[in-house]
Amino acid sequence: MAEPLLDIRGLKTWFKTDDGMVRAVDGVDLAIDRGETVGVVGESGCGKTVTARSVLKLIDMPPGRFEAGQILWQGRDLIPLDDAEMNKIRAREIAIIFQEPMTSLNPVYTVGEQIAEVIALHQKLNAKQAMAGAAEMLKLVNIPNPERRVHDYPHQFSGGMRQRVMIAMALSCQPKLLIADEPTTALDVTIQAQILELMQEMKERFGMAIMLITHAMGVVAETTQRVVVMYAGKVVEEAPVGALFGNPRHPYTQGLIRSIPRVDRSAGRQARLESIPGTVPSLLDPPPGCRFAARCKYVMPACTQAIPPLKEVAPGHKVACIL
Amino acid sequence: MAGSTPASLSADAAAPVVAAPRKSRPTTPAGEAWRRFRRHRLAVASGVILLTLIAAVAIGPFVWPVAINDIDFAAKLQGPSWTHPLGTDDLGQDLLARLIYGGRISLAVGLAAMIVAVVVGVLVGALAGMSSGQVDAVLMWLTDLFLSLPLLPLLLLLTYLFRDSVKSVLGPEGGAFVLIVVVIGGLRWMQVARLVRAQFLSLREKEFVEAARALGASKVRLVVQHILPNALGPVIVAGTIDVAAAIIAESTLSFLGLGFPSDIPTWGSVVRDAKDYLDIAPHWVLFPGAAIFLAVITINFIGDGLRDALDPRRVL
Repeated sequence: MAEPLLDIRGLKTWFKTDDGMVRAVDGVDLAIDRGETVGVVGESGCGKTVTARSVLKLIDMPPGRFEAGQILWQGRDLIPLDDAEMNKIRAREIAIIFQEPMTSLNPVYTVGEQIAEVIALHQKLNAKQAMAGAAEMLKLVNIPNPERRVHDYPHQFSGGMRQRVMIAMALSCQPKLLIADEPTTALDVTIQAQILELMQEMKERFGMAIMLITHAMGVVAETTQRVVVMYAGKVVEEAPVGALFGNPRHPYTQGLIRSIPRVDRSAGRQARLESIPGTVPSLLDPPPGCRFAARCKYVMPACTQAIPPLKEVAPGHKVACIL
Repeated sequence: MAGSTPASLSADAAAPVVAAPRKSRPTTPAGEAWRRFRRHRLAVASGVILLTLIAAVAIGPFVWPVAINDIDFAAKLQGPSWTHPLGTDDLGQDLLARLIYGGRISLAVGLAAMIVAVVVGVLVGALAGMSSGQVDAVLMWLTDLFLSLPLLPLLLLLTYLFRDSVKSVLGPEGGAFVLIVVVIGGLRWMQVARLVRAQFLSLREKEFVEAARALGASKVRLVVQHILPNALGPVIVAGTIDVAAAIIAESTLSFLGLGFPSDIPTWGSVVRDAKDYLDIAPHWVLFPGAAIFLAVITINFIGDGLRDALDPRRVL
């Protein structure tokens, strides 16, 4: 495809704090094509969520700041747009669902009113039509008795149901891109599978692209076509999902994959689950050179000299490592 | 993550409600609040008494059509009797008629002053809570300044200063009403402003606000539709208490002779007129005093009941 749906180029989102600039996102390149599911993985605090919120410009402007880069949405840069213009893109073209379904719905309105609000806001419909649309959306996300449940309040729904409602809200205007920011982290495993399945179903139905942010490698393996691995505000590896799991090139990716618990291995020789020693470095004053150097077992003198650029090692497979 | 714990508790507790036949159980937030309020016996009893009081002053003049300024020196300073159920004052005026009339003024002043206080408080609090930084600092500085002012002397000074000019524009009775309401309301908005600001500061970080913003809601819409309704519980409670405080303030002003013109009875001014006859006509001061006491204490109890009923953390 000639032009990707979303093309993030060299994005730097920094936060000004009393201690200095926190470089939460420090030069991220990421492209998503129409109808594609892209996974973004990494540890907590590596910039996944900030990248996602930057796309919708949900970063609080002080203290946050776009230091550099472009966010091209169908070729149009979103960074200079003001809030009113962004509101035309939010929900209608790009929608987002958050990690916490328990608190992402307003407790004082019925779920129907909340979905209808989004519909009425973006499409010229009266209240009755919007409410009918809300029931339709609830039906689509497999909530039983949708005509009755639209009149229920969020506290009458379980966590998994609320995440379904959130998905219904996000998809009510048929966006071209759905950003799912750890949509299943707060849910138990069986519900996780249901929600992922639902997202897959919705994707096929509406033909939208999904940017799936998670730290669960298993989720990525099952649902995405392409994976972007982030570490300390930077992309360290990007590859088709098969290549990433079959032939991970970056030591950090290798560590992430080794740290997936596996049923078939635990009984045998490798009883202990591996982890990556150390933690993500401070983004206040990142070390020069590769940010993973301090935790990398293959570290070489050259690693601490300069930041290794992202280079293509196989078609579609890019790695930021000198190995 | 910490915020999810109470929410999940409430979800568990609500599950049986969903499973039960739904027609018998109120499940709207207002219905839930009413259910909790009903269990507060003192508040319910207070509500009944206050409603009776309001009904009495509202329809009283039609049931008891005696003029408030019917002077009858033959019947002065009489105790309760069939012709004058609450007795008479030193001019032989019927006390029941005067208390009904005065109650209208006192309760109306209380309500109107509360509305002024709540509107100003919500505006200041919402503005401060939404705009962090300098605007917030200046508004809170202003709030603290008002809080540090001595209420009663200022009340007296302001009514004394502006009484004549306002009266000349709006007439003696209307002028006094507007002046007293504005002065009392204008000196009582600070608690509401602080409450609203605190609510806004925590609510604006909530995920549902962020979610609404992510789905294209404008800033005004976020404030009016999503944040304010969630902040209203404590405001309603504070507003109730403000009504009581405003009734007291009006009574104090009237007692000191700075309220309504002296020929217009209010509960406070009747107490003032009666104070010199405490030993020979105790009924004169007793009834208006009891009316003030009943109105204020019932409103306070209702406020307590509402505080429990509207507390979002309460599950049952």
